Amino acid sequence: MNIPGKGIVTGMAQTAKNFIGSYVSKERMTTVQYPEERVPAQEAARNFPFLVFDEDPEAGLRCVACKICEKECPPQCIYIVMKRDENAKPSKQPETFDIDVSVCMSCQICVEVCPFEAIKMDTEFEYGEFDRFGGLLLGKDRLAKSNQYYHKIHPTEAAEVDARLDEERQAKAAAEKAKAAKLAALAQKSKDADKIVANGKAEKK
Amino acid sequence: MTQRLDVEAILGKTPAPEGSGEPGYTVLAKGDHRHEIDGDLLEVAMGPHHPSTHGVFRMDVALDGEDVVKLKPVFGYLHRNHEKIAEGVSYLASMPYTDRLDYFCSMTNNWAYALAVEKLAGLDVPERAEYIRVITAELTRLLNHTCLIGFLVQDMGALGTPLMYAFREREKILDLFEALSGSRMMCNYMRFGGCRVDLPAGWLTAAKDVVDRFGGFLDEYEALLSGNEILMARTQGIGVLSAELAVDAAITGPMLRASGVNYDLRKVDKYGIYDRFDFRVPLGDHGDVFDRYMVRVLEMRESLKILKQALKEIPDGPITSPKAKIRNFKAPKGEAYGRIEGPKGELGFYLISDGKPQPYRYRVRPPSLINLTILEDMCLGHSIADTVIILGSVDIVLGEVDR
Repeated sequence: MNIPGKGIVTGMAQTAKNFIGSYVSKERMTTVQYPEERVPAQEAARNFPFLVFDEDPEAGLRCVACKICEKECPPQCIYIVMKRDENAKPSKQPETFDIDVSVCMSCQICVEVCPFEAIKMDTEFEYGEFDRFGGLLLGKDRLAKSNQYYHKIHPTEAAEVDARLDEERQAKAAAEKAKAAKLAALAQKSKDADKIVANGKAEKK
Repeated sequence: MTQRLDVEAILGKTPAPEGSGEPGYTVLAKGDHRHEIDGDLLEVAMGPHHPSTHGVFRMDVALDGEDVVKLKPVFGYLHRNHEKIAEGVSYLASMPYTDRLDYFCSMTNNWAYALAVEKLAGLDVPERAEYIRVITAELTRLLNHTCLIGFLVQDMGALGTPLMYAFREREKILDLFEALSGSRMMCNYMRFGGCRVDLPAGWLTAAKDVVDRFGGFLDEYEALLSGNEILMARTQGIGVLSAELAVDAAITGPMLRASGVNYDLRKVDKYGIYDRFDFRVPLGDHGDVFDRYMVRVLEMRESLKILKQALKEIPDGPITSPKAKIRNFKAPKGEAYGRIEGPKGELGFYLISDGKPQPYRYRVRPPSLINLTILEDMCLGHSIADTVIILGSVDIVLGEVDR
């Protein structure tokens, strides 16, 4: 038997339960008073890219200005100019590295395509500016952040990246060593050959 | 004195046959609503800033008194050139744009696009990635349906309360998404041949916790709404969509199933690994707004069933196919259509490749847009207040309608 108004009363009971519950249970009172209170950022959180540097914020930038991220960036918000010395010889450093964060959509495609682990995602999101265009165009100086900072915001990921870079460095060192050994062997060989030739010449005489 | 209007010219509908006993002209929707027009029509532009239109969407309605005799949906305010942009950028660079189609369900959008590219390039997806995709897609379905119901009852005048409860639960799922992909709504998580990152430590436990609690929330939500007399009075028999019309108009998703047509791509196509899970497809009888509400509630319960199975069975292993690559991805020449059962209906991506790094043609089949095409047929004969509810029950997101 349906009592008229039963559904409404049941619904009201639910509302009352939630209303009273919001005073006693964290489960039912889920909001916080931003900006006084903040929900801590999750480790994977991402918001706008930054450039990682190792020691020196200028020379230590991992970025080699290869422009892959500039090409791949979906909204095309990255602008890179490679540094050139007085003989116009390109050096593996960015002269300009700008990201227009008013265009950036935090998709982290740049992070994924970067072969040098140079660009990573930040968790900073409070970029409010009065200057609409210039203020949100972040240059190299504002984008550069240390590896320690990266470790602070994404510890697991940063540790993995460091391990990978170490491995690469070791592999590179090993390869260089092997190359040097090979060169030395070659040099030895050519020396031997020279000797043989010289001997031959001497015999002819 | 009222003036007779040339109804035939305005509506393109036939007058009632003579001797049928009906006075004046009769407008027949494809269902069985009929309405007699006698007098001037009042034209109202609802939107694009009307709070009931779920975004920037306009309905040009012609009213006779309170009743709708003509309705013309006007959209395109949020057009962002998505398809054309996608033809100029690499395959990967379109992935974040798909998040912004239906911004409630970025995970399913990602999946549909990844599926199309995987078909095109012939990539296989590892087992674990398939499970992750199912889990995220079903979580997306949960959050989409709870929010939709919140918005729907908000349109009926239940201001705030049910919507805020829905948002409270949605927040838990969004937290899971953030822990997984780094972003709450614009996840950009799926990749061609797998997923971007593996599940972080403790994610599965957290997801299990959310899924276990969600059933209790649904009970609460239903106690709040399902038996409510006002909700029943406002929704039952309103906006009836017949099964024939639904099929003719290519309606998909919960809209179609509420009209009693058993068509769910998870069962029909068995894309991904959906053939492994035990779940049922809820169907409606009447095709009215209440059935659409109820089908969505029941679908959430089925989603919970799938989630429980998937979270239990998820294997270890790699998450990306070894053949997949991030840089210099090129698809071979050909075409492919990838479709999935999104929360709103069949979401499809049609791609033609000419072997270059960019697709030659990129086309989205948005369920919201196609479900919207029969809005007039559902609204004719109902009052203007019902129009709002009928639109709410279609479940549109303007990001997807306008692209």
